[in-house]
Amino acid sequence: MPDVTLGTVPDTAATSCYEQMLFIRRFLERVDVLYRQGQLHGPAHLGLGQEAIAVGAASMLGPEDYSIGTYRGHAHALARGASPEAVLAELLGRVGGICAGKGGSMHITSVEHGYYGSYAIVGAHLPIAVGLAWASRIKKTKQVTVCFFGDGAVNIGAFHEAVNLAALWSLPIVFVCENNQYMEYSPISTMIPVERPAADRASAYGLDRIVVDGNDVHAVAESVGAAVDTARRGGGPALIEADTYRLKGHSAADAGAYRPAEEVQRWRGSDPLMRERAALQAAGADEQELIRLETRVAVGISGMADRVLARPRPDPASVWTDMWADGGSRWRN
Amino acid sequence: MAELTFRNAVLAALAQEMQRDERVVLLGEDITSGGVFKTTTGLLDTFGPDRVWDTPISEQAIVGAAMGAAMAGLRPVAEIMFSDFYAVCWDQVVNEIAKTRYMTGGQVSLPLVLRGANGFGSLGFGSQHGQSVENWAMCVPGLKIVSPADPVEMVGLLAAAIRDEDPVLVFEHKALYGGKQDVPDGEQHIPLGKARLVCEGSDVTLVGLSITVGVCERAAAELAQSGTSAEVIDLRTLVPLDAQAVLESVGKTGRLVVVEENPGQLGWGSAIAAIAAEEAFSDLVAPVRRISGGNIPWPVARELEAEVDVSPERVVAAVQILMKH
Repeated sequence: MPDVTLGTVPDTAATSCYEQMLFIRRFLERVDVLYRQGQLHGPAHLGLGQEAIAVGAASMLGPEDYSIGTYRGHAHALARGASPEAVLAELLGRVGGICAGKGGSMHITSVEHGYYGSYAIVGAHLPIAVGLAWASRIKKTKQVTVCFFGDGAVNIGAFHEAVNLAALWSLPIVFVCENNQYMEYSPISTMIPVERPAADRASAYGLDRIVVDGNDVHAVAESVGAAVDTARRGGGPALIEADTYRLKGHSAADAGAYRPAEEVQRWRGSDPLMRERAALQAAGADEQELIRLETRVAVGISGMADRVLARPRPDPASVWTDMWADGGSRWRN
Repeated sequence: MAELTFRNAVLAALAQEMQRDERVVLLGEDITSGGVFKTTTGLLDTFGPDRVWDTPISEQAIVGAAMGAAMAGLRPVAEIMFSDFYAVCWDQVVNEIAKTRYMTGGQVSLPLVLRGANGFGSLGFGSQHGQSVENWAMCVPGLKIVSPADPVEMVGLLAAAIRDEDPVLVFEHKALYGGKQDVPDGEQHIPLGKARLVCEGSDVTLVGLSITVGVCERAAAELAQSGTSAEVIDLRTLVPLDAQAVLESVGKTGRLVVVEENPGQLGWGSAIAAIAAEEAFSDLVAPVRRISGGNIPWPVARELEAEVDVSPERVVAAVQILMKH
């Protein structure tokens, strides 16, 4: 059984992006199944259909760069290199969970890989991302921060405070709005008085209006890569709106029945994974190689899920650790 | 030895720590020109623009930026001009800063300080600029809470807050800013979580914090006139709480009056009273009494302020009733 970690297929950069998206897709699908089997404690917000944004953006970052995201953040952690087994152990409440069982699905974090957390208060992490970028500027480290958020976040004050401050201080940060067309159960178009949630706000902060096809991993990489380069050279922030579609409901508990069937069908035709596979075929990739890769990923994820489910549950006494820097949680003597 | 006002004690602590550790950076509204309460005057000239940053009126961005910078290895000190304004950035404080170390299984450290003017003190600031809100923070596990009582305490405790590896909220009572005191020369540092015995006594324990420490001291002096010996304890920090200092004192005196300026309804004094009831019941010879700010928004007219002010007279009256037990 091959070890299931990202980047195990050396081939080409293009194949690597496909493998990462494929891996994340199969991972999220497995999480969806495990959720339905009652194996997850608490909600799970899956980014099925949005993998190209996480993978395309991460492909433009170096190991020292920072990224930060939302409760729909599994893909973002995995794309930076977080251990899939540790993420799955967190989701399934087993020992070795990436947040020691204290974060769960909505707070997947891998600081070791530059992914500074998944935050579950909509918009709250944008100011935090600004702080990461502010520190890089003060320390003159040339690190860039990429901050992912949903279309719903543009209507909360923290978005505006954060983008304003980042632009004012010319910080090395790239804000990436994943416009998956829905603010939870409501079409975003019914919640904004402009056409585009992020792009149409950019001019208020002196930023360019950038819209990218978020279901095209190479378009995402190109757009984010250009913004990262500018930010790294001291050219200040960017706000990118990546058009995409949430193929499932808001959370695993939501069937998403409020979405018109023809809309779902139309976006399924633009599935980033299928598009990338077609692009590889058109570029002459060997079909048998692709099938072998797909089989290997599917088998690997099954094996990983079995291994994680077989792990023991966390020691209840560990609930009292990790609040303070001294490792404990005492508030009084 | 130099005589410092409370506001200059803030300045002295910031300068001391910025000198000592180049990771200490400041951000807040108008701070390059000293800020509304003149607690950061001259720091821009001394330390330069990479260490002292003026921000827009954007408390969520200020507090969030402090958090992000702390995760990235700096030690930010953010000024919240009036502590009432925590209400507009409370998500950042309680959902993000207080919880992120825990909910990431200890992956991040958040060595940051949020500081600013707090408190009523009958200054005419009213309901939205005059609150004592230290009790808000005490409801939230994951935050340390400091509120110094005089200039010496301010220098040492603010220095300790900045050096702490965890997030610390420092509440500076605005009615104390003008008060003066001789502060010893050299580096000052007072460990967090150790209460201060202000004066010894044998009949009653008076527990205060920040401005109410002085209220307790004046009450103790008044009580001494009539032969009642009051012990005064300055908690210094609500988290970590030096509960043992209170319990030991009550073991000696048998009576406890807790004096707080925040509203009494779930004020921090209720936690102290509960600890005494649970852990020192057999030592108590009289009920625990609490003196607090009013359970109303703060008024402005002088006569209305005086009605809810936490005064030594109210403390003395409470003790006199307890002494009948």
